[in-house]
Amino acid sequence: MTTLTDTMPPSRKPRSRVWRKLRRNPSALLGAVLVGFFALVAVLAPVLPLPGPMETDWMAVRKAPSGAHLLGTDEIGRDVLARMVWGAQASLLAGVVSVAIALAIGIPLGVAAGYARGWTDAVISRGTEALLAAPFLILAIALAAFLGPSLSNAMIAIGLSAMPVFVRLARAQTMSVMTEDYIESARAIGLTHMAIIWRYILPNIFPPLLVQATLTVATAIIAEASLSFLGLGQQPPAPSWGSMLNVAKNFLEQAPWIALWPGIAIFLVVLGFNLLGDGLRDALDPRDS
Amino acid sequence: MIGFFLRRLLIAIPTILLISVFVFALQKLLPGDPVLAMAGEERDPEVLEFLRAKYHLSDPLYRQYLSWIGGALQGDLGISLRTQQPVLTLIGEKLPVTIQLAVMALIIALVIGVPTGVISAYRKGSLIDWGANLVALSGLSIPNFWLGIMLILLVSVKWGLLPASGYVSPFEDLGQSIKTMIMPAFVLGTGLAATLMRHTRSAMLGVLRSDYVRTARAKGLSERVVVIKHALRNALVPIITVTTLLFGELLAGAVLTEQIFTIPGFGKLVVDAVFNRDYAVVQGIVLCTAVAFIAMNILADAIYRILNPRMRDEQ
Repeated sequence: MTTLTDTMPPSRKPRSRVWRKLRRNPSALLGAVLVGFFALVAVLAPVLPLPGPMETDWMAVRKAPSGAHLLGTDEIGRDVLARMVWGAQASLLAGVVSVAIALAIGIPLGVAAGYARGWTDAVISRGTEALLAAPFLILAIALAAFLGPSLSNAMIAIGLSAMPVFVRLARAQTMSVMTEDYIESARAIGLTHMAIIWRYILPNIFPPLLVQATLTVATAIIAEASLSFLGLGQQPPAPSWGSMLNVAKNFLEQAPWIALWPGIAIFLVVLGFNLLGDGLRDALDPRDS
Repeated sequence: MIGFFLRRLLIAIPTILLISVFVFALQKLLPGDPVLAMAGEERDPEVLEFLRAKYHLSDPLYRQYLSWIGGALQGDLGISLRTQQPVLTLIGEKLPVTIQLAVMALIIALVIGVPTGVISAYRKGSLIDWGANLVALSGLSIPNFWLGIMLILLVSVKWGLLPASGYVSPFEDLGQSIKTMIMPAFVLGTGLAATLMRHTRSAMLGVLRSDYVRTARAKGLSERVVVIKHALRNALVPIITVTTLLFGELLAGAVLTEQIFTIPGFGKLVVDAVFNRDYAVVQGIVLCTAVAFIAMNILADAIYRILNPRMRDEQ
């Protein structure tokens, strides 16, 4: 016979196993280092000894990298390194906030669909399928266009466009958890729906959502850079890697360094999140213990 | 098969209707009076009243939607404010250019992605596998618009090998058309190649462990025959399905690629429409891509059934 303790959700021990596996994975570690580095740069931006990101120097227009300006200057004499550092703030913020928006809407909807089933599930699932049918970037561009060009609207647009994936994942995971014996036991002892969701469902659907969230931050950073590149994200003169590239494409012959650094930064931070996400997926995969 | 198609089409109808509701709702996101946004600089009360009546904006919301969807079902997605052409005509004009770009990008992606995935799976755990995975992950992490800018800088500006922008129809001059499109297609194809490589590797790993591959080896067949004829042939089923589903990524990627290389396609139409506040075109494009994406999904399912005999008899 199954007792309540037998059917309790997995203990916290696997967490240390996951951490151990993650630490032993060199790719995941490289990813964590890259993400950590850019996060540190973004946080320290206000205290780093650099010129202001919008400070212009008309005597140093389009200057190649030198001792005075380590990454050179742009078309109106602004320090590229300073703009890169402040741009890191915009890019990381956009990536994290967009995913937070997607999670904040996606998880409740997905859990509600998977838990309640019936009509709630049918309505939420059809809505999700409809949103998934529009390609991610085209939907984000359309939303950003209608909301108006700004970094905050770009974050909302990216968050809403990324949300359906989380609804689908949360729904599928909730449905899988609902078949476990410990849910039946929790119901048998009279726990409320909210208590079951809070204590048993959310902690158990968290790992795959964490993996997806990490990978989606990478997608969101590229999406923000794409929207800013198109002029729909961060507005000039505020710095962002995407908008720096938008300007840089007009000065490729005269000042190629303006285009070089923001692209490398986007590549490295996105690679970092992708490596970390892949590492987390491997570490959380119970088949690969 | 006909029954399968009919079932899938029936399921697609509510999804398409829901998309149309979202697309219609986009217009309602516009801050302030949509008529002012449509009229642009025009502030003549008579013009504003004319637009309000033309687009039924004084009607209740559900009537506005019914009137819009009724038109859309008959192929009327509205008129472009900028060019005064029907939206569907505009999309029809630009789509062939994007299809050419997408087909070339897909060929590049298949040529790079599938063989790399096969070799990577066959040599699992080797330096080649590790390197291929790293390159694939890098391919997924490089923003394609930046790759485009860098290629223009190197190939066009520094070496002068290929044109940096422009478009020539293949019906006018095939050689010149390929010359102008090869770089954009490469930019668009690299990200897809990375996706295809990862899927091919994963599919091949599954197949290489299967009993029939072990049997083929036991029969004494050469490794080349085992890998290509027995393993790859079976692994191709999910690969082809994934390729069909990459359609959405191709369209989204084309938006930025066409912008960088100034290609007058579907993607450039979206961006121009956004900046000209040509909202009917933006709505039309989102609706058309979503419907096309659903059609590609049905096609992917059909291909999967045709290629996989075990699925054919399932109801």
